[in-house]
Amino acid sequence: MNILADEKNVESLFSIDDIRKDFPELSRYVHNRPLCYLDNAASTLKPQTVIDVIADFYTSGYSNIHRGVYLTSQQATERYENVRSIIAEYIGAQHTSEIVFTRGATEAINLVAHSWGEYAIKEGDEILITTMEHHANIVPWQVLCEKKNAQLRIIPINDSGEIILEEFEKLLSEKTKLVSCVYASNSLGTINPIQSIIQMAKNVGATVLIDGAQAIQHIPVNMQELNCDFFVFSGHKLYAPSGTGVLYGKKALLQAMPPYQTGGDMIRRVTFEKTTYADIPARFEAGTPNIEGIIGLGEAVRYVQKCGLAAIAEREALLLEYGTHRLMEIPDVRIWGTAKEKVAVISFTLGAIHPHDIGSLLDREGIAVRAGHHCTQPLWQRFAINSTTRASFAFYNTEQEIDTLVDGLKNVVSLFG
Amino acid sequence: MNEIQQLYQQVILDHNKSPRNYGHLPECSHKADGLNPLCGDHITVELYVHDGIIQDIRFTGAGCAISTSSASIMTTVLKGKTAEEAERIFQEFHGVVTNDDAVINEESLGKLAVFAGVREFPARVKCASLAWHTVHAALQGEQEISTE
Repeated sequence: MNILADEKNVESLFSIDDIRKDFPELSRYVHNRPLCYLDNAASTLKPQTVIDVIADFYTSGYSNIHRGVYLTSQQATERYENVRSIIAEYIGAQHTSEIVFTRGATEAINLVAHSWGEYAIKEGDEILITTMEHHANIVPWQVLCEKKNAQLRIIPINDSGEIILEEFEKLLSEKTKLVSCVYASNSLGTINPIQSIIQMAKNVGATVLIDGAQAIQHIPVNMQELNCDFFVFSGHKLYAPSGTGVLYGKKALLQAMPPYQTGGDMIRRVTFEKTTYADIPARFEAGTPNIEGIIGLGEAVRYVQKCGLAAIAEREALLLEYGTHRLMEIPDVRIWGTAKEKVAVISFTLGAIHPHDIGSLLDREGIAVRAGHHCTQPLWQRFAINSTTRASFAFYNTEQEIDTLVDGLKNVVSLFG
Repeated sequence: MNEIQQLYQQVILDHNKSPRNYGHLPECSHKADGLNPLCGDHITVELYVHDGIIQDIRFTGAGCAISTSSASIMTTVLKGKTAEEAERIFQEFHGVVTNDDAVINEESLGKLAVFAGVREFPARVKCASLAWHTVHAALQGEQEISTE
């Protein structure tokens, strides 16, 4: 794979100064301090090249896609559809028709819950999710289970924030129709052993959905090797515009699924008596999509490939190690999520000081971190806390920014005394 | 004072550390739960209203320094007031924390004037007003409010 760069030469693949110049937002000042953006698990900043392709689309070449008989519409359609190939290659899908564009990971999961769930889940069936799921991978299944009188069951985790595979094994049975699991936790950083999870689920004949929202920007994925049935992710965490996302589904599964939304662009033929639907993936893309966003998504993936995912992961691992080490210097800091395999996410509490107070105080020093429950309330109930402060790094972050965070936290401690 | 010092004044830090009227009432006539879905923080306010006067008021819950101190100071202000006075003070307080142009009348606001700094932090207005919305709901006979 072209993204697997020579491990020994990762540092030489890009210089951090050059990378930072690619992201205009990084030279901003907030509250008269240089922006120290450490909220990348919420959303990543956008490289100039992504901004440029969107501006270019709107200034030279804008048109709606599909069915236009004139040149610019054909060109816009080509640019949009070309992204399907870029994504298919990036995630190792076998067919471009297996790539459905959505508004984000949330919409992708909802699409599966409504369309596939509607016919595949019956009374008494069981859906398994883990304790560390984002609300987006809890609520759609909760609603489906209520509707179908099915059972939502929760795979437990240990105190480090790792799935307990033996407990997962015990929950699996012929009743298990779906296992929906996050690849990397947005709150704990845990990278789950999804290869084992997928295999174990397959052994009982369950369908598997992987929420890759926090993995797609850090870890190379290959749908052929993973053999999951569905894989979802958002574009905006992958340096792409917000309002973009991808649902990957195995061709045979997608072909069997009814439409999620109906209207223009997803039909074959409409009469007042009956409508026949378009083939996949158009069947799932009713209405005019986020054309410029998808074109931006394609450019973002190209950019990531140019930097090299292995080099990105290497740098983020260094930042995670350095950040963990530096944060532990502060007395009363407790890190939540200490799995062996982690993406560059550090959730922590600082004594009894509330994360929102920490977040507001850091903000005045130009530091952007997330404070709250990070849309994983049941996870925090497991740990008997309400919320945490979360710093999450991207490859454009620096050790100096982590130092700035640590200094900021020390100021918070001295204020609260 | 810079904006941060304006927000995190000593009186706020003090009420956060030792909240007044924290706990449950032996007997209450009005009670409501307040929830801030943004952070998952929650508060419960219990009131004992007799002869139209708030005879006693207490709160429980977990929150940030702004919401805890706001609840604490609120209880000290509302004890002995009528429901109508409570409503008037709430409106005045709300105006101060949400409206940049609101004139701060230190005399009528009393201790609540320390929350004027919140207006510089739009993300924290809900923290400061959660307890007040909850009292308002309790007095209206509602049992649960959310700051959404």
